[in-house]
Amino acid sequence: MSQIETFYDVMRRQGITRRSFMKYCSLTAAALGLSPSFVPKIAHAMETKPRTPVIWVHGLECTCCSESFIRSAHPLAKDVVLSMISLDYDDTLMAAAGHAAEAAFEETIQKYKGNYILAVEGNPPLNEDGMFCISGGKPFVEKLKHAAKDAKAVISWGACASYGCVQAAKPNPTQATPVHKVITDKPIIKVPGCPPIAEVMTGVITYMLTFDRMPELDRQGRPAMFYGQRIHDKCYRRPHFDAGQFVEAWDDENARKGYCLYKMGCKGPTTYNACSTMRWNDGVSFPIQSGHGCIGCSEDGFWDQGSFYDRVTDLTQFGVEANADKIGLTAAGAVGAGVAAHAAITALKAAQKKTQSTKEEA
Amino acid sequence: MVTTPNGFDLDNTGRRIVVDPVTRIEGHMRCEVNVDDEGVIRNAVSTGTMWRGLEVILKGRDPRDAWAFTERICGVCTGTHALTSVRAVEDALGITIPDNANSIRNMMQLNLEIHDHVVHFYHLHALDWVNPINALRADPKATSELQQAVSPAHPLSSPGYFRDVQNRLKKFVESGQLGLFKNGYWDNPAYKLPPEADLMATTHYLEALDLQKEIVKVHTIFGGKNPHPNWLVGGVPCPINMHSTGAVGAINMERLNLVSSIIDKCDEFNRNVYIPDVKAIGGFYRNWLYGGGLSSKACLAYGDIPENPNDFSPEQLYLPRGAIINGNLNEVHDVDPRDPEQVQEFVDHSWYSYGESGKGLHPWDGVTEPNYELGPNAKGTKTNIKQLDEEGKYSWIKAPRWRGNAMEVGPLARYIVGYAKGHEDIKDQVDGFLRDMDLPVDALFSTLGRTAARALESEYCGRLQKYFFNKLMTNIKNGDESTANIEKWDPSTWPKEAKGVGMTEAPRGALGHWIKIKDGRIENYQCVVPTTWNGSPRDTQGNIGAFEASLMNTPMERPDEPVEILRTLHSFDPCLACSTHVMSPDGEELTEVKVR
Repeated sequence: MSQIETFYDVMRRQGITRRSFMKYCSLTAAALGLSPSFVPKIAHAMETKPRTPVIWVHGLECTCCSESFIRSAHPLAKDVVLSMISLDYDDTLMAAAGHAAEAAFEETIQKYKGNYILAVEGNPPLNEDGMFCISGGKPFVEKLKHAAKDAKAVISWGACASYGCVQAAKPNPTQATPVHKVITDKPIIKVPGCPPIAEVMTGVITYMLTFDRMPELDRQGRPAMFYGQRIHDKCYRRPHFDAGQFVEAWDDENARKGYCLYKMGCKGPTTYNACSTMRWNDGVSFPIQSGHGCIGCSEDGFWDQGSFYDRVTDLTQFGVEANADKIGLTAAGAVGAGVAAHAAITALKAAQKKTQSTKEEA
Repeated sequence: MVTTPNGFDLDNTGRRIVVDPVTRIEGHMRCEVNVDDEGVIRNAVSTGTMWRGLEVILKGRDPRDAWAFTERICGVCTGTHALTSVRAVEDALGITIPDNANSIRNMMQLNLEIHDHVVHFYHLHALDWVNPINALRADPKATSELQQAVSPAHPLSSPGYFRDVQNRLKKFVESGQLGLFKNGYWDNPAYKLPPEADLMATTHYLEALDLQKEIVKVHTIFGGKNPHPNWLVGGVPCPINMHSTGAVGAINMERLNLVSSIIDKCDEFNRNVYIPDVKAIGGFYRNWLYGGGLSSKACLAYGDIPENPNDFSPEQLYLPRGAIINGNLNEVHDVDPRDPEQVQEFVDHSWYSYGESGKGLHPWDGVTEPNYELGPNAKGTKTNIKQLDEEGKYSWIKAPRWRGNAMEVGPLARYIVGYAKGHEDIKDQVDGFLRDMDLPVDALFSTLGRTAARALESEYCGRLQKYFFNKLMTNIKNGDESTANIEKWDPSTWPKEAKGVGMTEAPRGALGHWIKIKDGRIENYQCVVPTTWNGSPRDTQGNIGAFEASLMNTPMERPDEPVEILRTLHSFDPCLACSTHVMSPDGEELTEVKVR
């Protein structure tokens, strides 16, 4: 096993010192919200683990998840593929094709029964006996089921695999179906988004390699660490929302000042994702920062919630933001009360989630 | 043996070879060929094996939302469908966009061309020419010398650098976990590079993987994310604020500096790595000039990258527009997407039905009812296909034709149209390339030519990206910070009924969206996309499509190992999610739902 290159080897080879490596491990622990006692555990995992086999299959999709994955800045996609996992089957990137590719698929399943991760991009259509998506002359859904049978865990990449996404928007002509409705006997991690943020994708994989288990999931099956908060909660334009300062029309004075995009249809208030904190493409920006509202692409059924430019009106469940215009009028008074109420609700939500996850574990 | 109207002799008596899945493409595809006793391909059948039905999903929706739906047709050429869509809606509603929006859109589209071409060449196509396992045998010092000879300006060229990469590769291979290289055809004699060239190119595979995530940041700045940046009917969503309070929430000096630095990185990579690699690798394959297919006969380009906003006349476009048919390069026809006689789609060999055979329909009147059935001579069953019957229906891709002709689209088609029209920049690039390679013009009509045209285009797009950046800066300096026109944002300002067309040159070729709007909602939406053209099955007359034509008469070193098939198919950069989504409103009446 000594010749297997571990993550630690990669870092050393790139001229990174032991000290820097340990620093990386503690940063990783911090990023994942773990106590310092986990640092040696992370370090040990990265120093010793052989690469985990991954089978990455593709159903009805647009391949944006794969494209996002290779955008990862930390870790780099090349380090994930060369040193952290063994991507033994992925029709989008693999050298082999046809029979040789199918053979690689079968060999991996046989050799690593129960020990490989199945990553699913896209989803299976069930109409036309599954033949709206054909692989190797057969319905994709068969391939998916076959690969899932002996997988250790399943990752549903993106909105397609998690919820159905665009091909499942009404009237869903192919009956495109999310993975968890077809695979019901395996642990499934949903990593929604169209696509998910690159570093969320590699973050989920790194977490699983490091701890050899699934990350904590919320009620919908998403990693709580990345999908636990609304974009609105951490949006840098939030103070403008609270102060009642809104963009009223595209490219107006308020747009140029970077005011809140709520009135332009921004779905940040109802969307759970890490965009406003991690941002996109190495932290360069995220949709709201670049002037367009969030379209809510990590939420179930986001294609069928009316126009992307319709104002979110169902904010009542959290009380605070029920009426943005009103808040605008009484801005000063509302802010203080709003913050307090918001904090209370957040605490309440946290408590609810705790109950939920305890239940799930029980 | 049958001779097709477009001049190919098809013979399906030889041994049948099936490649399914065709990998390293976007989406799902199958290919079947017959080879003769010498291992030469004498019949080719290309099949799109997925279908998503996006147009029926679009029906009844807000036209201003259509860009987001159509953008999800493809995450590889991300943004190009969105641009085509906003153009179609603006065309239908008579919306004009500001100058800055034109420059920003052009930069985003050009940026995509570069990103897509680089990722295609290094991550989807290179392994058809480059053998990473053979790179283990290379001498790092000789590799360094090779690198410095082919590209003296590239800073990463020391023997130590190549030794490090080689060691890493060695460790990877020796681990026994070959990952993406598993089951490759590494001892096939179709691979011609010496170990040093293999090591150099494999190294650049990794360099390009690092670089591509930088390229897309132009999309992130203007569109908020990549893949799938945000667009806007009437302009672009990002406001400009150069001088005042709140500039940090808009396009400001810092943002533009970042764009500028990325543009420089693209330029450097194109000049120092991509083009030299294509020349160096191409040099070892200069006698492998198969795969021309339709390129010498019939090419189509819609043109793109308008100098000024709202003006799509051919002389105003940097990427050329035109159609060449019957192999006559002396005549370039203009293309009118509104003319019902020009672009038509046929379904005689596609898994759809028009109710009558032999009919072609213009996209505005497009009808698509899925009709999945195999031909009488197919082998296997409907859910376990062993062999297709190309005499019957055999693909989820329709067969679009231009005035009845099967056409090739894409970088090579654009460059042939440009060359034939005397486009100066394109002519200079092509002549220079052929001179350096010591090849005649005819050599362009090949797999190698297609791959070379893509590289040249990437370099050209890099220059244009810089041009439009400067244009944007000049305009801003002149006091224009406008990025969106909202006069007709409100649907109450729209006519009761309208129809429009949007066209772009996607990285893979000519892309068109046709929209009909009624009472503020989408009544009909049709896309005819590059891989529908290139990957089309046979039509009523029996003309074969570009993929099929390009495979004809190619000798295979080992028919059981499809290296040559992959090489030529990949040279088109197939995108199957794009090609196979087409469906009309009538398609709602589908086969009954069966839950498994």
